[in-house]
Amino acid sequence: MAKKEIEIKKQLEDIGNKILKDVKENRVPYLKVPARTTNNIVFDPKTLCYILGDKTLTRSAGNIRHVKPLAQMLKIGAFCKELVSEGTKHETKRGLYYISESWGEKLKFDEQQESDNLIEDIEAIIEKPREDIHIIPNPGGSVYGDLTLKFKNPAGKDMQINCLQTADGQTIGPRMCEAEIVKCNANKIIAIETAGMYNRLMEENAHKKFNAILVSLEGQATRATRRLIKRISEIKNIPTYIFTDGDPWGLHIAMVIMAGSAKSAHVNRMLATPSATWIGVTASDIKKYKLRSDKLREVDFTRIKELKKDPRYKQDKRLQEELKLWEDIKKKAEQQALLKYGLRYVVDDYLPAKFKELGANVK
Amino acid sequence: MTEKRKTAEDMAKEQRAISVAEFFEKNRHLLGFDNPSKALLTVVKEAVDNSLDACEEASILPDIKVDMKQLEENRYQITIEDNGPGIMREQIPRIFAKLLYGSKFHRLRQSRGQQGIGISASVLYGQLTTGHPAIIHSKPHEKGKTHVFHLKVDTSTNEPEIIKEDLINDGMEHTGTKITITLEGKYIQRYHSAEEYLKQTAIVNPWAHITYKSPDGEKVDFPRVVNKLSEPSKEIKPHPYGVELGILIRMLKNTKARNLSAFLQNEFCRVGATSSEEICRLAGLKADDKPKDIEQKGQENLLKAMQRVKLMRPPTDCLSPIGDKILEQGLAKEINAEFIVTITREPSVYRGIPFQVEAGIAYGGELKEKVEGSEEDEESEESSDQVKLMRFANKIPLLYEPSGCAITKAVSSIKWRRYGLEHSAGNLPKGPAVIVVHIASAWVPYSSESKEAIANYPEIMKEIRLVVQECARKMLMHIRKQTKAKRETERLNVFENYLPLILESAKELAGVKEKIDIKPIIDKVIKKDLIDYGKKGD
Repeated sequence: MAKKEIEIKKQLEDIGNKILKDVKENRVPYLKVPARTTNNIVFDPKTLCYILGDKTLTRSAGNIRHVKPLAQMLKIGAFCKELVSEGTKHETKRGLYYISESWGEKLKFDEQQESDNLIEDIEAIIEKPREDIHIIPNPGGSVYGDLTLKFKNPAGKDMQINCLQTADGQTIGPRMCEAEIVKCNANKIIAIETAGMYNRLMEENAHKKFNAILVSLEGQATRATRRLIKRISEIKNIPTYIFTDGDPWGLHIAMVIMAGSAKSAHVNRMLATPSATWIGVTASDIKKYKLRSDKLREVDFTRIKELKKDPRYKQDKRLQEELKLWEDIKKKAEQQALLKYGLRYVVDDYLPAKFKELGANVK
Repeated sequence: MTEKRKTAEDMAKEQRAISVAEFFEKNRHLLGFDNPSKALLTVVKEAVDNSLDACEEASILPDIKVDMKQLEENRYQITIEDNGPGIMREQIPRIFAKLLYGSKFHRLRQSRGQQGIGISASVLYGQLTTGHPAIIHSKPHEKGKTHVFHLKVDTSTNEPEIIKEDLINDGMEHTGTKITITLEGKYIQRYHSAEEYLKQTAIVNPWAHITYKSPDGEKVDFPRVVNKLSEPSKEIKPHPYGVELGILIRMLKNTKARNLSAFLQNEFCRVGATSSEEICRLAGLKADDKPKDIEQKGQENLLKAMQRVKLMRPPTDCLSPIGDKILEQGLAKEINAEFIVTITREPSVYRGIPFQVEAGIAYGGELKEKVEGSEEDEESEESSDQVKLMRFANKIPLLYEPSGCAITKAVSSIKWRRYGLEHSAGNLPKGPAVIVVHIASAWVPYSSESKEAIANYPEIMKEIRLVVQECARKMLMHIRKQTKAKRETERLNVFENYLPLILESAKELAGVKEKIDIKPIIDKVIKKDLIDYGKKGD
């Protein structure tokens, strides 16, 4: 068993031992769980992340409202310990909800919301994302470039893959996101919002041209993708650039990669890549490149107002200015609007110009 | 114009007494013989009602046997036997084979039968549908012999026709009457069945012992649980509050009293010297006015004055309520409920006629199983989860015409949700309950001649509502107590259920196999929870 897994197992055992100790010492057993309530979600200006504050909740077996969820949480813990010990097996949140059916009338969940909530409690207690206890997110997104990863295949066998040796890029699933980084000579990661632009960059040899790892986000990035970006970026100490559509929604996709979401405040430290930078398409780009654009709608304006007030944006002058500019020009553009200048334009002109503008190495 | 104008003489030739057979044919629905299934029930009902009345009048604890046999597909023979006082030989033919003969029509007193029509109509129905005479056994003296009559109604004269008469020694040790009628009919079960009728009768007459043998050969025993008859009722005079002008005028004309004061005191109940003086004063009449001489204006004033003066309620001894204790015993023996409440109201008056309402609610127990279990009464109009409402008038179950009845209307008009039952306005509430309402009166105001529904007098409706609401309040207290107890056990069960599971998962998590006792923790938690729970004052 890997060192990481031994550590996780130990953490889970500690939870069980704490309860047993209470019982043996004739105390009503309880657990302290970091509070995930809004009043305990705080903004950390250092990392620009939302993280949990110091408040904890006590889940006591002597409380009529706690006793059932506490029993269920321990049962989930016991189940996950099995998964971790087994090594190769993973389950999704939805799957766990259905598995609870086999735990009997008393422990089974009536709604997936209930089991999801307890999984997040366990994440908060052990301060690890649920992937570590083998409750995996849905795959989504893929990675392409000269990156060699080592992982255990579903049969439990050690395997290596180079992401260039794939047809469409390597899908980022539970095994990929935790895989050991064997080789990575790139000096940057470029994360791309749309699959269409990702394909363009692959075909235009952008990974070679910019010495980059290409990551397809396919909209809002999955936890697995965010986790992989963070790991490569931090382990290899290389910067991440995020290339999105030119609207407040695209900007926020970048922001979640950089700073995490409020909802995942308890695991943001394991998922967020604070050093990442948003490339664009910016509001200024829409003007500068005279991109084909649509009018901003009411929801877009509302979103801009929200973002302007968001602490994650407040300190960043550049982002504040871009938000303001959107309000002025009242326009948004997709990243593929750049194709009006030809297939190669993004790679030959737009991105090199942006990297220079951001003070990054092009090559 | 060419048609010849009829003279009174011509018309007189066409005018004749109609035969009872014709009368019966035209009125069979009023008499309870609208259809073959109802006919069986009506015969049982008329004979049992008569038996109960006779036993009560003779202060005998009733023992009644009902035997229903199927002779052919649509032909039945019903025998009803009682241990009543029997009937004197001379009376037998007229009681059983002459319509509209009886002792009960003329008096203001509570009894089951009122019109002297039921049993002879049953005899006539049997005779018209099968040609068989009714066979009557009657033994009026313990040591004497038994009279046996085979009787028919002469349908042209409405006089008894004696087919055969015997005097036999049947060795029976008590007095009593037995009647056997052969008739066409159709045997049904459930709601409108003879068995249901007898069951309901047994509930409100728990001093009676009734046995029933159904055509299927099934024997049902309705035991006696009370060894005392209800107090016999007495005849009474009308009460001033309820008299109508027409009746008052007739009474003024027919009275033997010489003056108004004596008239008021002699002809009405609850009027003494003081109140009669008060009435005269209010009416602007003199105490020594001659009743016959009072003019129309005076009569009207007198009526108004009679209704304004403060009087005691009419005496209740003309009424024979079941009594709350006895009704409770009756319900308890026939329905295995977890909670029973019964209340007898003080008597009240409608149109000068005293009446008294009693009610009872049986809740839960076997009734809960029924609600959950089955689609019971497919034939009845009510859906199966509605409460069962049993209506009674003078201790007689009313099985038909529920929707037109004051009892159903009054009960449906109560806001049942306040009392813990599901309810949609205008219907009977839903829930595992039986509601019993009994109206006792010297003259029950039926809404139709078939005597299946009570007329909607506001006074009666009000009394029904009040007494049923009072029962419902007690039921609600029970339901609340029960749900509270249930909730408390549920709370405790939560701990008892989940603490062992917590221990189990914790052991799994820790990878520990040793035996650890969770019981002390459960005890501790439950004790603490009870204190906390109590503090909240739920």
